[in-house]
Amino acid sequence: MENLSLTVNGEHITAEINPGTTLQKFLYDNLGLTGTKEGCGEGLCGCCTVRVDGKAVKSCIILALQARGKNVQTIEGLAEGEKLDLIQEAFLDNGAFQCGYCTPGMIMAGKAHLDENPNPSEKDVRHALSGNLCRCTGYHKIVKAILSVDQKKVMDFKK
Amino acid sequence: MDNFKYFPAKDVTEACALLARYGEEAKALSGGQSLVSMMKEKFISPSYIIDIKGISDLDYIRYTKDDGLRIGGLTTHRSVEKSDIIREKFFMLAEMEYTLASVAVRNWGTVGGNLCSADPASDLAPTLIALGAEVTLTGVDTERVVRLEEFFVDSFETILNEDEILTEIHVPNAIMSGGIHTKFARRATDLAVVSVATYLTLDVSNHDLCKDIRIVMGSVDPIPSRSKRAEELIKGQKINDVLIEKAAQIASEDIQPTTDLNGTEEFKRDIARVLVQRTIKEAAVRARTL
Repeated sequence: MENLSLTVNGEHITAEINPGTTLQKFLYDNLGLTGTKEGCGEGLCGCCTVRVDGKAVKSCIILALQARGKNVQTIEGLAEGEKLDLIQEAFLDNGAFQCGYCTPGMIMAGKAHLDENPNPSEKDVRHALSGNLCRCTGYHKIVKAILSVDQKKVMDFKK
Repeated sequence: MDNFKYFPAKDVTEACALLARYGEEAKALSGGQSLVSMMKEKFISPSYIIDIKGISDLDYIRYTKDDGLRIGGLTTHRSVEKSDIIREKFFMLAEMEYTLASVAVRNWGTVGGNLCSADPASDLAPTLIALGAEVTLTGVDTERVVRLEEFFVDSFETILNEDEILTEIHVPNAIMSGGIHTKFARRATDLAVVSVATYLTLDVSNHDLCKDIRIVMGSVDPIPSRSKRAEELIKGQKINDVLIEKAAQIASEDIQPTTDLNGTEEFKRDIARVLVQRTIKEAAVRARTL
């Protein structure tokens, strides 16, 4: 067993874990944050996408111990109470999900991209989300939702 | 994953000492974008994991006009992709990184880890070999610099000794040079079915003449392979379409791709031929304009 100390969705967490625990398993099993799912288990499908220090990562192929001392954000950490993040509103407004399984990963990847590239082109968004697979929607509304996030509103929202 | 003992190393010295102590039962972990996936599938089950990702000294990109480019082994793919100096001086490297896996993998995976994993389908290896790269391998009491094309032994096997870490990649500077990496894959983020990296240097006094060329193919052999026969055909010659076609045909004969779900051997040879043709043409254009 190894000690792990990190921040998850703004909350400082300490735990003792088996070193073979991936970040995804830690979030899902140890912390009960079930939004971050293991789809393929190989880092290809993107269902496990979370943000570590703001950057999108594949949590199912990262050892949880490697996130020590870092800030991890999962889908559960986006909304502030009842107030949804603008990207979540955009997904709702655009009907950008069907079964919802890929959605947390899509939103985390989309948000990570928008933070780095506030006014992306469609090509930018599709490339940024190339590591996230969706079996239901055909991607169109997901891309549309991300493109529709008004960055001016994001700046106002942050103030 | 099978159980293992975990040691985070704070510097290279500690990492090499731990690797030496546990020998063949230990593996160095950097980004783990290859290793952790393999461990989950039990393709590999080390008893000891030496985590080197925290060694921040090995995360750097440096460039000087005389020496060229030096990249620390723990630099992420994403840093290479986004680096202004690499985009300016070695565009084919940043361009290739843009297509490598997906952004989340590039955010965590490292260039050193990619090379040491020695996946035959690596995009990075052919690109760096084409650029004439050499790598520094650091052990407990040793440090050696080897040409990257001599680093690979077989699929997933390198010349690394048990106590060694790949600490630096060096790409020498070159004038009148240009290159491109391209690949054929079935879907975005798939491993390449065939990949080709070509890097060409023009004669300074005669811009139509090829002074030097490296044509490196990936995914078609257990390790990245150069077609020396194709290169010899073009070296010292005036570059023209007929020559390029001949070289591409020869290159496609010098590889042994295996028939699998991605295509037959004949199909892969044909794809290689086309990609070699395209990359030589584009490399020549870039060598003239950069």
